[in-house]
Amino acid sequence: MKNHNITFKLNGEAVSLSVAPNDVLLDVLRGRLGIKSPKVGCDRGDCGTCTVLLNGRTVRSCLALAVEADGAEIVTLEGANTTREWTRKLQARFHSKNAFQCGFCAPGVILSATELLEKNAKPSSHDIKEAIAGNLCRCTGYEPIVEAISETAKGK
Amino acid sequence: MPITAEFEYVKPRGMEEALHVFSLYKEKARALAGGTDLLVHLKEGLASPEVVVDLKGIDELGGLSFSGGALRIGALTTFAALIESAAVKKNFPVLWEAALTVASTGVRNRATVAGNICSAVPSADSAPALALYEAEVLVAGLKGGRRIPIGEWFTGPKRTARAPEELVTAVELKVPGKKHGGCYMKLSRYEGEDLAQGGIAALVLPDNTYRVAACALGPVPGRCPRTEAALNGGKLSPKVLEKAREALLAEIAPISDIRSSREYRLHMAQVMLERSLQNAVSRLFGKGPKYGTANIC
Repeated sequence: MKNHNITFKLNGEAVSLSVAPNDVLLDVLRGRLGIKSPKVGCDRGDCGTCTVLLNGRTVRSCLALAVEADGAEIVTLEGANTTREWTRKLQARFHSKNAFQCGFCAPGVILSATELLEKNAKPSSHDIKEAIAGNLCRCTGYEPIVEAISETAKGK
Repeated sequence: MPITAEFEYVKPRGMEEALHVFSLYKEKARALAGGTDLLVHLKEGLASPEVVVDLKGIDELGGLSFSGGALRIGALTTFAALIESAAVKKNFPVLWEAALTVASTGVRNRATVAGNICSAVPSADSAPALALYEAEVLVAGLKGGRRIPIGEWFTGPKRTARAPEELVTAVELKVPGKKHGGCYMKLSRYEGEDLAQGGIAALVLPDNTYRVAACALGPVPGRCPRTEAALNGGKLSPKVLEKAREALLAEIAPISDIRSSREYRLHMAQVMLERSLQNAVSRLFGKGPKYGTANIC
């Protein structure tokens, strides 16, 4: 296999590295770039724990080849919490409500909620549930998560 | 989980270059657009290509445009782009409704309509709506292009009419009439991210002609001509619905699998047929549930 030299923006900083065609973006982020907020959950696109923002949209980093990131802009929770207003507010709300338990799903949920609130600052409860439908949480039963997102939107 | 399969990666900048790769490698080349199916297949060893061809550098495969009553969905168009299109929502509401049921936001941001029909699983959510709107799949090859009606596209579970050296460039559909009502009803185990246990799409025109299509109720998704014949020309009376249900049962062939039994699918297919038809008729007259809210789970 021929390696490819790729360059992309990761949380605002340019990153260049050589990747094999079969390197998965999630594995490169975690294993080579020290970015640990995206988690390896189901590793097949079902659970949403590996969510990152690729060119401004949430995607499953377990379902992208690293080489596809060439020229892209990737933001993970590590970067979003300093650059994105909603991310910061969501984190504060989740923290004060203690809305997560183990926290494994938290980075994915917060990025999905950030994407939602950036598009729709007054989401209905259905909008919120739809936005995080692809982020599985095995602890909370979702109620505190939906409440935290709703309260963040309302600025309560 | 690392991918153990080894392959080369190429990202052509034009169709010609891409088609050369496909004509050279044929089945050993796999197209990569959203990758939401391909990556799973690579990880699970279900795909072992020699070369993965990333199509995202080919401008002419992009774009979603509506003009003269025709919608062109470029091969790189994601489900998210479809959902965000006012033209799709207004003119092809059943396709819009179906797009909302595909997986979840994070998948729809990457997954493409063309990829959905190329994967060609029996439960493909976009397929019944594309069948209702009599879509055509545009494919290109080095020897020229062709248009394949969606009714001839699916040739078996995970099989299509595309030749190994061809590439899908777009899907095109036309508005069915000045006005229509429709509905895609998806049966899933819970609201949120799930594959269809069964799906029925229905469309009605003001002259009481009906179109019905199904997914996950047989080896390939597609239109249900016998059911349509039982409905055409009449209003939805209990008698007509009874005939339509019988016709549907005679032309679907669901299996039992991990998601549900054949018997459950046969029963729910009738329920979905009736409800989707009723929604379609109500929506024709501007009533009924809003598009995007008609699932059963």
